[in-house]
Order: sequence, then C-alpha cells, then structure tokens
Amino acid sequence: MTALDLAFLAASVIAVAGGVLAITTRQVVHAALWLVVSLLGVAGAVLILGAELVALVLLLVYVGAVVVLVLFALMLTRAPIGPDTAHAPGLPRALAAGAVGAAVVTMLLSVLIPLAGGWGATVDRQSADSPRVAREIFTTWVWPFELLSLLLLAALIAALAVSRIQRDAP
Amino acid sequence: MTWPEIVLRAVTVLAAFLVLPLLIGQTEHKLMAHMQGRLGPMYAGGFHGWAQLVADGVKFAQKEDILPYAADRRVFRLAPAVALVPYLVALATVPIHPGVAAIDVPASLLLFLAATSVGALGTLMAGWSSGNKYSLLGGLRAAAQLISYELPIVLATASIALAAGSLSLAAITQAWRPLWLLWQLPGALVFLVAAVAELQRPPFDMPVADAELVMGAWTEYSGLRFALFLLAEYAGIVVMSLVFAAMWLGGWHGPLPDTLGWLWTLLKGFAVAVVIIWVRVAWPRLREDHLQRLAWLWLVPLGLAQLFLTGIGVVMGW
Repeated sequence: MTALDLAFLAASVIAVAGGVLAITTRQVVHAALWLVVSLLGVAGAVLILGAELVALVLLLVYVGAVVVLVLFALMLTRAPIGPDTAHAPGLPRALAAGAVGAAVVTMLLSVLIPLAGGWGATVDRQSADSPRVAREIFTTWVWPFELLSLLLLAALIAALAVSRIQRDAP
Repeated sequence: MTWPEIVLRAVTVLAAFLVLPLLIGQTEHKLMAHMQGRLGPMYAGGFHGWAQLVADGVKFAQKEDILPYAADRRVFRLAPAVALVPYLVALATVPIHPGVAAIDVPASLLLFLAATSVGALGTLMAGWSSGNKYSLLGGLRAAAQLISYELPIVLATASIALAAGSLSLAAITQAWRPLWLLWQLPGALVFLVAAVAELQRPPFDMPVADAELVMGAWTEYSGLRFALFLLAEYAGIVVMSLVFAAMWLGGWHGPLPDTLGWLWTLLKGFAVAVVIIWVRVAWPRLREDHLQRLAWLWLVPLGLAQLFLTGIGVVMGW
C-alpha cells in the first residue's frame, strides 16, 4: 500500500458512501447533496489516477451545472423539508431494486477487476495532462466525440422545439 | 515541496482570505458614501472609521445564532461553509508574482472555475433549507442566474486560455501582451459582467433583493453565519478581481523592475474591485427577465464571437 493507494481508497469510499446515501435517503434534496459528495469522491479518484482535466471538468459540469439544475427543479416542486413518505417504495420494490443493483455491481466488478489487474492491483498513475487528452480526443476518438456533440445539439434543438409548441388555450 | 513550505503557503492564503475582503468592504463603505455625497463610517477606530468592519465582526459574533423551527437543520448549518470554502481554494490558485501562486497546478484555470461553481451551491442550500418562502424564491432566482452566467464565464476564459495556449493561470499571465487589451476586450467585458452576476452583486442582485425578498436566501440567517455569507461575497470580489487582473490586465507585467510584479497584480486587482463597487452605485437592479435576456442574447453570443476571433488570431499567429 502506497500513499497513492490509500488516497485512492479514501476517495472511493467517499464516492460509494455518497452514492449509497443518495439513493437511500428519504429526503429528496439531501439525495441531490449526497450526489455532490459522491461526485467529489469520483473526481478525487480520477485526480489521483493523474487525469486532472477530467476530474476538474467533472466538477465543473456535474456539480456546477447539473446539480444546480436538479436543485432548481426541486425548488419548483413540493419537495418537503423532512422525510418524504408519500413516495416510499415499499419493501418488495426496495428488495427487487436492491437485487438488480447488486447484480449490476457484480457484473461490472467481474469485468472490470481483471481488466484493472486483479484484486491486488495498485494505483498506476498515468500523466494524462490536458494536451494529451486533447490529442486523444481529436485524433483517435474524434468520430465518437463529434457524434456526441451532434447528439447534444439535436437534444438542445428538440428541447427548444418542445418548449415552443403552441398549445390550444383550455 | 517540503512541509514548512506547504504550511507557509496555506497560512499566507488564509491570511489574505481574511484580510483582503475586509479591505474591499471598507473601500466599498467609503467609496459608495463619497459617490452618494456622504462621509461613510467615521468613528470606529478614530481615523476615518477604519475599524468599522472589525466592530461589525465583533457585533456579528455576539449575536444569537437563530435556527428556524421549520429549517432543515444540518443543511442550514452547513450552507455558509459551502459558500465560503470554495473561494478560499479559488483564491489559492491566483498567481501573484512570476512563479508565486499558492496552488500552482497545470490546470489552475479549471480549478478556479470548478471551485467558484461549487461555491454557488451554498446559496441554493441556504435558500432551500431555511423553510421560508422568501428564501426559496431567492434560491430559485439564484439557481436560474448561476446557470445562465456560468456559460459566458467559461466561454470568456476558454478564449483567453486558447490565446495563451495553456490552462494554467500563471502561464496565461506570462504569455500576456499589451495587444491583448484590444484583442481580448469583448471577452474581458463578458467576464466582468458575468462575474458580477455570479457574485449576485448589484445590478444583478435579484436573488438578494433586500427591498422585495428581504435578502433572499439569507433571510433566516443571523450572527456569525450571516457574516460568513457576507465574507463569501467579498472574498468572491477579491478572487474575481485578481483573476481578471491576472488574465486580462497582464497581472505582474508593468514598467517598474520585475521584483515589484506582486504589487502590480494587487494594484490591478484593486482597480477591478473598485469598478465592481462602482457598478453597484451606478446602475439600478435588473429585472429577472432582463437579466436572462442579457445573459443569453448578449453575453453568450459575444463570448462565442470572441472565441471565434481568438481562434483566427491564434491561427494567424497574432
């Protein structure tokens, strides 16, 4: 165990704990705030692996824009202060959801852990600085990148179109 | 980096974080007063009321820390810290002198952007958790405003990063040349306007609007926690001014010998802060729809045009 391994472990624990709390809390705004904690953990883990551009963009986009948008939407609803019992899923549904979640985690772990070098793998810090990330995006991954931006553009225009549809007055 | 150096850097940033906002606050008191034909604070401390903000701080510390019955206690208590601490991180990224910045990382520009965008969460947490309609409306307006003005800030900073060919604030300041004052002028204006809006300072203080929302998200706060929100606002002015000075005004570049570079950064930052204070006195508050129009119909297109112009400039080798 090196210091990097310990730091990575700490960041991962924060990310996983934040995620678990985000889905188990009964208070919907707390869920959004636990999501922030989880994202901070993920950003920390990515930072420890040496990709500071990815980590900081994750913070900027997800915490700075997506969570702010989620909170904005929640403020427009009747989300109560205190536990929200009206939307409690009940035991059978909670168990089923838990089983599905556990199955997905098992599947991902069985694929990803051998890929990362088994359980005993240590942190292999790559220097993925911004010029290298930029070069990769605009050479090897240029088609997926452009396709994604096209998809986002289409979604943007579609959102505009949906909000502009003239509805007949009731 | 050795341990004593790390401690020295941290302590220096903390000291700057606690002193510079007071300096800006006192400047605001005096400047606003003189622009409005008043004297401002004159008694505290004897000489022109220099200790007024210290006295205010003592008063805030003595006040009762009220927790509303309907509030979400933990979020309510945490909100001032979430608003304040990110600005401390952002302040640490500012390059003061060639080779002197508390956090000198290759992507310090992104660190600054990420930190200031996390700080915005504090206002939303305060607005929602207070259990008060005015606070909720304030939080709602703050969220809408922050989403709109985040984009112009990113566009303007992306343009300057493109011009300098680096994401490091220190490298950007190093690459700065006087021509940029003209070449990057639209981006500079976009950043300045969007920064004032991001700080929710007048004329973009719809979320705070003391006359209609009784301070918006801060309505229920009293004592030290309210003071922490105020400190976050003034620390925000310090951070935005220094970053503006470092990126668009050339930071440490100046006519005197190179050893005085830090003085230039501080003087330029102070001049920008004076402009931000001046804007508060000069313009009335914008209405919510005007505010959104300004962001989406003026600042975003202007930012995009600046990015285009910078692209041409970089290719042509200006």
